[in-house]
Amino acid sequence: MSTAERGSGGWLHRREVVKALLADRGDLLVVAGLGAPAWDATEAGDHPLTLPLWGGMGGAAMIGLGLAIAQPDRRVLVLTGDGEMLMGLGSLATIGARRTRNLSVVVLDNERYGETGMQATHTAQGVDLAAVANACGFASCSVVTAMDAITRLRGDVHAGAGPLFAQVKVAADRLPLVLPPRDAPHLKNRFREALLGAQAYFH
Amino acid sequence: MSPDWPRGLYQLLKAQNIRQVSVVPDAGHMELIEFCESDSAIELVRLTTEEEGVALAMGAWLGGDKSVLLTQSSGVGNCVNMLSMLAVSQTPLTMLVTMRGDWGEFNPWQVPMGRATQPVLEAMGVLVSRADRADDVVPLAEGALRIAYNTLRPTALLIGQRLLGAKTFKD
Repeated sequence: MSTAERGSGGWLHRREVVKALLADRGDLLVVAGLGAPAWDATEAGDHPLTLPLWGGMGGAAMIGLGLAIAQPDRRVLVLTGDGEMLMGLGSLATIGARRTRNLSVVVLDNERYGETGMQATHTAQGVDLAAVANACGFASCSVVTAMDAITRLRGDVHAGAGPLFAQVKVAADRLPLVLPPRDAPHLKNRFREALLGAQAYFH
Repeated sequence: MSPDWPRGLYQLLKAQNIRQVSVVPDAGHMELIEFCESDSAIELVRLTTEEEGVALAMGAWLGGDKSVLLTQSSGVGNCVNMLSMLAVSQTPLTMLVTMRGDWGEFNPWQVPMGRATQPVLEAMGVLVSRADRADDVVPLAEGALRIAYNTLRPTALLIGQRLLGAKTFKD
């Protein structure tokens, strides 16, 4: 589909998608990739068990993997963008090779580098991230283009056999910034305290 | 040459309760990788590039696990921007770096990154120590781990090429 035909109509609204995915999140652990996914997750509700990233581009899925290995009884969701995922494609191979069951990677794919002027990413040229994840051995891979599929996806994130990968096609809208805290030790410490309790500070 | 420091490093990782060990293989780490691989209490995470191990360390620490990254000096160059995350968030990691390009190197392409390894790490806020004698490897690694996990910062131990034995491509 060409750029001109895309528009926002007919494409999912990223903030509605994230709000639906994080609804009744229970004890879900969330990593939100830098840029728009971090703003989306913040609009859905700043939460101690969400790590919003302000950097480390290409690393979101691997942070999720380290967390999923450390916490095998919890579900881990990585919410990131297509540009961030493209920078860390190798991590899909690393995750696929391990078959980590409690990890989901959801890419909000607007086919753009949203923070730098909406330049096209490779997904705009047809690079198929879900097919890459499938080829890497993810247990479940999908391209999502409808909101009713988001409800199903939310269920799989909480209870399905992972690793799960979903590429959600979203409109390339410019949205108001909803910024999370940017103090990284605070983000880290509140996450660890919410997850590990007072033990977080006795290591 | 069958030095005992790889076994000593493995015992140190166990004693320090390191649960996630990430790696892009290097000949210098061969024995340590094998020890970790055969230990079901250690999660050995094979990477496609070393920066994945830096991000993994962030997630591991969020989840309550200590981790170590095994890499060759060339892999340090692949980690640079990702190290920002550990520095800015005061997140611990120890990198055990086997050196290339600093003694008797056979391959000219290894020399630039070998020369840059220590300054690049230090520029990114990583505390660096260096072992050039086999007897020093384990005590220096213990010091690097203690500083990392007691003071919440990334540290690296460089293991010199002279200690490892330079590859000649003649064997």
